[in-house]
Amino acid sequence: MNLSMKWLSDYIKTDMPIKEFCHRMTMTGSKVEAYETEGTEISNVVAGKILSVTPHENSDHLVVCQVDVGEASPVQIVTGASNVHEGDWVPAALNGSTLPGGVKIKKGKLRGVESYGMLCSLGELGLTLHDFPYAIEDGIFILKEECTAGQDIKEVLGFNDTSVEFEITSNRPDCFSVIGLAREVHATFGEPLNIKEPTFKGNSEDVNKYLSVNVHNKTLCPRYIGGIVKNVKIETSPIWLRERLRASGVRPINNLVDITNFVMLEYGQPMHAFDLRYVKDSQINVRNAQNGEKIMTLDEVERELSEEMLVIADSEKPIAVAGVMGGEFSGIMDDTTTVVFESANFANDSIRKTSKKLGMRTDASSRYEKGINPENTLPAIKRAFELVEMLGAGEVVGSVIDCNNSTSVKSVIDFDPEWINGLLGTDISEKEMIGCLESLNFTVSGGKVTAPDYRTDIAFKADIAEEIARIYGYDKIESTSVRGVAQGHFTTLQKFERLVKSSMTALGCYEINSFAFISPKYFDKILLPADSKLRKTITITNPLGEDTSVMRTTALPSMIEVISKNYNNRNASAKLFELGKEYIPSENGELPEENLILSIGMYGEDTDFYTLKGTVDEMLANIGIYDCDYERAADSKDFDEKSAMHPGRSAVIIKDGVELGIIGELHPVVLADYDIDIRAYAAVLSFNKMFEKSATEKVYKALPKFPATSRDLSLICNDDIPVAHLEKAIKKSVGSILETITLFDVYKGKQIEEGKKSVSFSITMRSSESTLTDEQTDAAMKRVLKALSEAGAELRM
Amino acid sequence: MSCPVLGKAFFIESGKEWIKNMKSQLENIKALAEQELSACTDLKVLETLRVKYLGKKGELTAILKQMGKLSAEERPVMGQHANEVRQYIENEISSKAAELSAREQEEKIKAESIDITLPGKKQQIGSLHPLTQVMNEVTEIFMGMGYDVVEGPEIETEYYNFTALNIPENHPARDTQDTFYSAENFVLRTATSTVQIRTMENRKPPIRIISPGRVYRSDAIDATHSPLFHQIEGLVIDKGVTMSDLKGTLETLMKKLYGEDCKIRLRPHYFPFTEPSAEVDIMCFNCGGKGCPMCKNEGWIEILGAGMVHPKVLEICGIDSNEYGGFAFGIGLERIVMRRYGIKDIRLLIENDLRFLSQF
Repeated sequence: MNLSMKWLSDYIKTDMPIKEFCHRMTMTGSKVEAYETEGTEISNVVAGKILSVTPHENSDHLVVCQVDVGEASPVQIVTGASNVHEGDWVPAALNGSTLPGGVKIKKGKLRGVESYGMLCSLGELGLTLHDFPYAIEDGIFILKEECTAGQDIKEVLGFNDTSVEFEITSNRPDCFSVIGLAREVHATFGEPLNIKEPTFKGNSEDVNKYLSVNVHNKTLCPRYIGGIVKNVKIETSPIWLRERLRASGVRPINNLVDITNFVMLEYGQPMHAFDLRYVKDSQINVRNAQNGEKIMTLDEVERELSEEMLVIADSEKPIAVAGVMGGEFSGIMDDTTTVVFESANFANDSIRKTSKKLGMRTDASSRYEKGINPENTLPAIKRAFELVEMLGAGEVVGSVIDCNNSTSVKSVIDFDPEWINGLLGTDISEKEMIGCLESLNFTVSGGKVTAPDYRTDIAFKADIAEEIARIYGYDKIESTSVRGVAQGHFTTLQKFERLVKSSMTALGCYEINSFAFISPKYFDKILLPADSKLRKTITITNPLGEDTSVMRTTALPSMIEVISKNYNNRNASAKLFELGKEYIPSENGELPEENLILSIGMYGEDTDFYTLKGTVDEMLANIGIYDCDYERAADSKDFDEKSAMHPGRSAVIIKDGVELGIIGELHPVVLADYDIDIRAYAAVLSFNKMFEKSATEKVYKALPKFPATSRDLSLICNDDIPVAHLEKAIKKSVGSILETITLFDVYKGKQIEEGKKSVSFSITMRSSESTLTDEQTDAAMKRVLKALSEAGAELRM
Repeated sequence: MSCPVLGKAFFIESGKEWIKNMKSQLENIKALAEQELSACTDLKVLETLRVKYLGKKGELTAILKQMGKLSAEERPVMGQHANEVRQYIENEISSKAAELSAREQEEKIKAESIDITLPGKKQQIGSLHPLTQVMNEVTEIFMGMGYDVVEGPEIETEYYNFTALNIPENHPARDTQDTFYSAENFVLRTATSTVQIRTMENRKPPIRIISPGRVYRSDAIDATHSPLFHQIEGLVIDKGVTMSDLKGTLETLMKKLYGEDCKIRLRPHYFPFTEPSAEVDIMCFNCGGKGCPMCKNEGWIEILGAGMVHPKVLEICGIDSNEYGGFAFGIGLERIVMRRYGIKDIRLLIENDLRFLSQF
């Protein structure tokens, strides 16, 4: 809401500095976003009277003017415009003047003739035809305003106004008006408020002879007031009215339209005017539209209406969409002679739905949507008629037709000063509280507070507390601590989450933050089978775009996307992780499951499958998960993301039969899908399953007392035997004295038969009871060799 | 090393002459050892000398082996003498060994000198996303004030996201222009206040919680908007909680986040779920409240919304609003992170470029 300070001063004195005004209004709840004083860029431009116009001696298209600018002698100004004549009043920018856009005017010679300034056009003063419709666009602005030679042009054009932009909260529709804000100014500064009940004379005729009004849907239209103005004279509004509209951000059009806008801005009550010629049978019917009924609205678009929409209709067709927009053919035109004025109240919900459905949001609809006070309709139309008479824009016929079905119930609430102080933590006296309330036009008596009818937002004790607090001043409320002692806790799950994250960073990975919604195309990009359960998603019906239209059921595509971005941003290597959510739809209308997933991604020169595996193993160990089995990812039952992995270089991680996650090199096709032309690696692990399998309690094991014995083994076996199988065989056969098995070499190539590989382990054994004897160790190794032989590996000779 | 002193002839002699000879042989050994040891500059050579003089087959041992041939009176005299020589040589060898190994160590150290200005071998610790880091910081501040951390679903029902928060059916916040809806008519929560409702339904007062998490608004991505961002909302419900407590709590938070000099102000605002409601500004760091382009000339920068929990919301959650009251506030995490690090474009927090992430 843009408020003209000049307009405001019609109602209340405002002579404090603008900055202070803005600050104090903000602190009582009417937040000022910005303020702007018109014409601050214009200086030393004055009204001048053209005394003579003579041809330029060296130019055919320039003329030389002698201009009276209120000084002892006229100044000479050369201009190229052809619309200046002797006796015209013009804006004259004198030597050293400034104009909008940082333009500076200095005296100089034009084709050898001295010019002591410049005559200005509308545009050069930062104006348009809407501000001064009588001017012409290309040519000097010939003033029709009252002025004297040498008078500051800003004064002549009404440029001494400051416009203040307020952020009005949705609970205060009454503040979308000059009068509403004036009331707030009164409560803030205490200056007396000067709101007069508008009055008009009206002629002696009966308005009912001109018009009939019939409200068919009284729920959607609680009040409708119609009135008639005849013998209208359409012309430009006076400058004071245009100035006020301009400062409020509304374009002046003609006196009648300007009056409806003026009243809307002043009272917050939207008004509409119809040309009576186009109201068939002079009948106003406020009714629901019929399905399929059509209307051409003022913006020249044909709209198809439906039955829940309210329209203003004549005896046969809609002439306006109630509270939203008028019809193209019933509006005010230059030859209009008799006008129907409408000041009505419509149900906010209905207006909101209609405006949304038709895709039309207007000044009127946005006011109606917020819910406005039906009581306001009568003063508003009275004000409109007062203006009609004041401007001589026409003859008001008799009185108005008022169809009033509204029930105005004023809020009456208990006045409980003790409770209010208790809520605010203040010690405000009852008297001061009453002062605050009365400044807002509330009445307090008999332990009750009554809100004024325009305060539809007041319903609870807490509302009264807020009114008092904001006028008393939030800044006067002290700062205290919440009483009582409390201890905050992380849950076990929250601690575990932190542990996972800190393990990942310790392992050199950077945390990322990716979007929860993805494109459904991503499922194809990771080669997910058509029947995968992951393709069943929560779908957003109003997404910003397809790219963010489904809630992800897998975190993997987001991670690959980030890898791709980093790779294509020429980051040579990266190790990344995210603990993010996957959203799995539920049955029976239940909310979806939101599962935390740890995703890891990496690439770079020193990175391979085993780098990722080492990282995952170390992370798992740090969160209390040891000895996982790695099996081919193809065998995974839980993780459909296996489709995105290189089949020969990926694994499912299993702990005690539970699949924790999958890990692997990304499939070459997937890499290509994401424009990654090096190998890259990724893993996804279920946070919940990790939590479930984590050994939460650490168990201390005594440090060894007896020495360990190590034996190295070099084995030969078929290439396709997984090393883990050999390890398992060793583990089982050594038994309890086994301390560690360390794989130290896998070799294929020279000296090794084709299709075979050499695998070397170092086996460390130790007993907690005694030093192992050679016999014990030898016996264990014998068992190991037997077991390995059964597993398909022989000692390498 | 040759052995010039000893010869077979020596052993067949006997009597005094033989003793005299033995004694002079010992003297010779001593003298020779002294000479050889002092000339020795190498630990390996020193070891051969030790073997030569003191070893099982060494010269001294050879002499001592002849001791049996001496008479009972002669034996202790000669024994003592031999031991003195042996002791002498042992001492010399060990001091020589100490000297030589010290020198060897010194030379080795000298030779091992490296260019300490060469770069270190790259080790890498990763880092948490700046959003997580600041989230953790805020969480810890509140935990210190006795708040628990509670989380909840991001996909919610309209009831928890709007209705229970006293947001009426026709409120513009429910518009599809502002809120994402799913085909099942769920909403992507627009604030973590949903968690507050769920907590009030499930816990009895006193309640002190913060609910951090992701929230969604239908805003296209640009330098200051993202459809997905993070919030930390706080809720305190107890008997006798006041608006001055709210003010004090927020002041503490802001001072801990931005330093003791940080000033805040509360100004009246409107939220359907709180009454009285406030928007909270911090004084512009750049201009100290005078007004500058950074704060759009206001001197203050809006940082969060807060208020006293609306009695209707309490009643909806089954809490007696005559007995209990409380406050709630909501902080946009991105805004705090951007302010903290001087990040001008929110997209940096979403793009996950390592060159950005590794700065934190």
